[in-house]
Amino acid sequence: MGSPLLDIEHLSVTFRTDRGEVRAVDDVSLHVNEGETLAVVGESGSGKSVTALSILGLIGDNGSITNGRILFDGADLTRLGKADLRAIRGDRIAMIFQEPMSSLNPVLTIGKQVAEPMWLHRDMTWDDAYQRAGELLARVSIPDAAQRLNDYPHHFSGGMRQRVMIAMALACEPQLIIADEPTTALDVTVQAQILSLLKNLTRELNSSLILITHDLGVVARYADRVAVMYGGRVIETTTARNLYANPRHPYTEGLIASVPSLDGNPGEPLMTIAGQPPDLANLPPGCAFAPRCRYAQERCLEAQPSLEAVSEGHLRACFGYDHV
Amino acid sequence: MQAFIIRRLLALIPTLIFTSIIVFASIRLIPGDVIDLMLSQNDIATGNDRARIEQALGFDQPIYIQYFKWLWSALQGDLGRSLWQNTPVTEQLAETLPITFELGLLALIVALTVAIPIGIYSAMRQDTAGDYIARSFSLLMLAIPSFWLGTLVMVFPSVWWRWAPPLEYTPFLEDPIKNLGHMIVPAILLGLSLSAVTMRMTRTMMLEVMRQDYIRTARAKGLGEILVVVRHALRNGLIPVVTLIGLQAPLLIGGAVILEQIFVVPGMGLLLLDAVFQRDYPVVTGVFLVVGVGILVINLLVDLTYGFLDPKVRQQ
Repeated sequence: MGSPLLDIEHLSVTFRTDRGEVRAVDDVSLHVNEGETLAVVGESGSGKSVTALSILGLIGDNGSITNGRILFDGADLTRLGKADLRAIRGDRIAMIFQEPMSSLNPVLTIGKQVAEPMWLHRDMTWDDAYQRAGELLARVSIPDAAQRLNDYPHHFSGGMRQRVMIAMALACEPQLIIADEPTTALDVTVQAQILSLLKNLTRELNSSLILITHDLGVVARYADRVAVMYGGRVIETTTARNLYANPRHPYTEGLIASVPSLDGNPGEPLMTIAGQPPDLANLPPGCAFAPRCRYAQERCLEAQPSLEAVSEGHLRACFGYDHV
Repeated sequence: MQAFIIRRLLALIPTLIFTSIIVFASIRLIPGDVIDLMLSQNDIATGNDRARIEQALGFDQPIYIQYFKWLWSALQGDLGRSLWQNTPVTEQLAETLPITFELGLLALIVALTVAIPIGIYSAMRQDTAGDYIARSFSLLMLAIPSFWLGTLVMVFPSVWWRWAPPLEYTPFLEDPIKNLGHMIVPAILLGLSLSAVTMRMTRTMMLEVMRQDYIRTARAKGLGEILVVVRHALRNGLIPVVTLIGLQAPLLIGGAVILEQIFVVPGMGLLLLDAVFQRDYPVVTGVFLVVGVGILVINLLVDLTYGFLDPKVRQQ
């Protein structure tokens, strides 16, 4: 396998807030190979969404990338001009957001919104783009797709809207799709449908997928590899299969243990990770997880562990006490 | 949609009746009635004359009888005759309404062409020098009364450059250019005063809309800022702005009355002002009836614009 499709190297992102500079993403390195699904797992505030948004340069005016590179197909996205970045957005890299209810424009028809990327990037006429939008809606299993082009977002349920978002993301057959918690806002019954749809369609297009989630169950079913984030850093990364079989970071271990299992004893309380996620504006000097870690030792509170290989393709950021 | 418009038009009737009662009564409450004025301008003042004129004009009857008489003929399209010129009120209104309508329309065009682009600019460049200048300008326009600005425009250019805005009214159909040359100065003054609040509202709404998730979606598609603003943000942002424009309709008409006086525009404002000074009751009542209809129709148009802007409203 050649160089990865997307290679994030030592990315740091800070935000200016009322409480001073907040480093939301700190020295994050990730890569996604062609056709691969990478899951980025973490709690809210772990930096996973910010990492995703910085790929497309959508972090907003008060955030800035202070360090690192984002190589996409050889080009550093952090150094591209606005126009060059816009040419990539929606065409070669597409994004699906968490909130299907608010991510679609309420005053534009679905057809117009789905057709827009093709009109923009493919030089299609509106008529051709509309026609293709109808095909895309059919492809994401929206019934009577061609008739629904003229409907507005409020005619659709949350799950249907997320299908529309997927159709929109697929419009230009992007090489990379970033899905930021695409099913968090949806009913559990709809979640699996949406994820399977997303997975199948990306496989058909041989696109890569970055799936951002806090749901380890999702990771197991849909991801090839996983990066676990905590306090703005990647703390463990390996294949999805290996993560469950052989977690090597205490946080990952805790996450896996806190997923309810069918084999567990009924009535037995669920495992939880004690304490609160860290405050990014006020991170401890050592390992961000140390205050909650039951294996923490003095060294963990003083120095930050770096990401090191424990085996081929399996990295973790922990001083490595034999906890597992 | 048709049913909606018909319902709204029917709802006009009680409002208009209520308006006419208030206007009918209040104009008669102003001290000094029309007969005093008439007598003071003629030398034939005797007690007998007064009674005779009262009887001739029907003022000897109780006020509610007068009102119902007026209402009855109003329902038949007859708003009475001017007490001074003896011309039908409807004729006077037909003459002056188009002129005021033109002034109002021009002012609205000025207001929107100033307010909306500057409001958008101000939002896009939030907290920059341009934003501060735009906001200060709008505050200034809000604070300066248009009659004062109107007076300045009349006085200073003539002192400095020996130029004064033209004050001679020409009907639009006779000479459109001459007509606009006369109307444009009051229209700009009126438009600027209306633009102040509209500009600030546009700015606030655009700031609000630009934070929405669907704007991020539009950017993620690769749209440039101009398309993001024009196609995705503007229609959402304008919905409340349109409401505001509807609410400003009375302000527009009130401003027109004053500016017509300053710039000698023979519109409804001037007609109203003369009629009030002369206690020309039928004319005053007639003008207010038209103003009432005007305001209600503007609000109806605002509601219809909602439907155009917001698909959710269109459905209901």
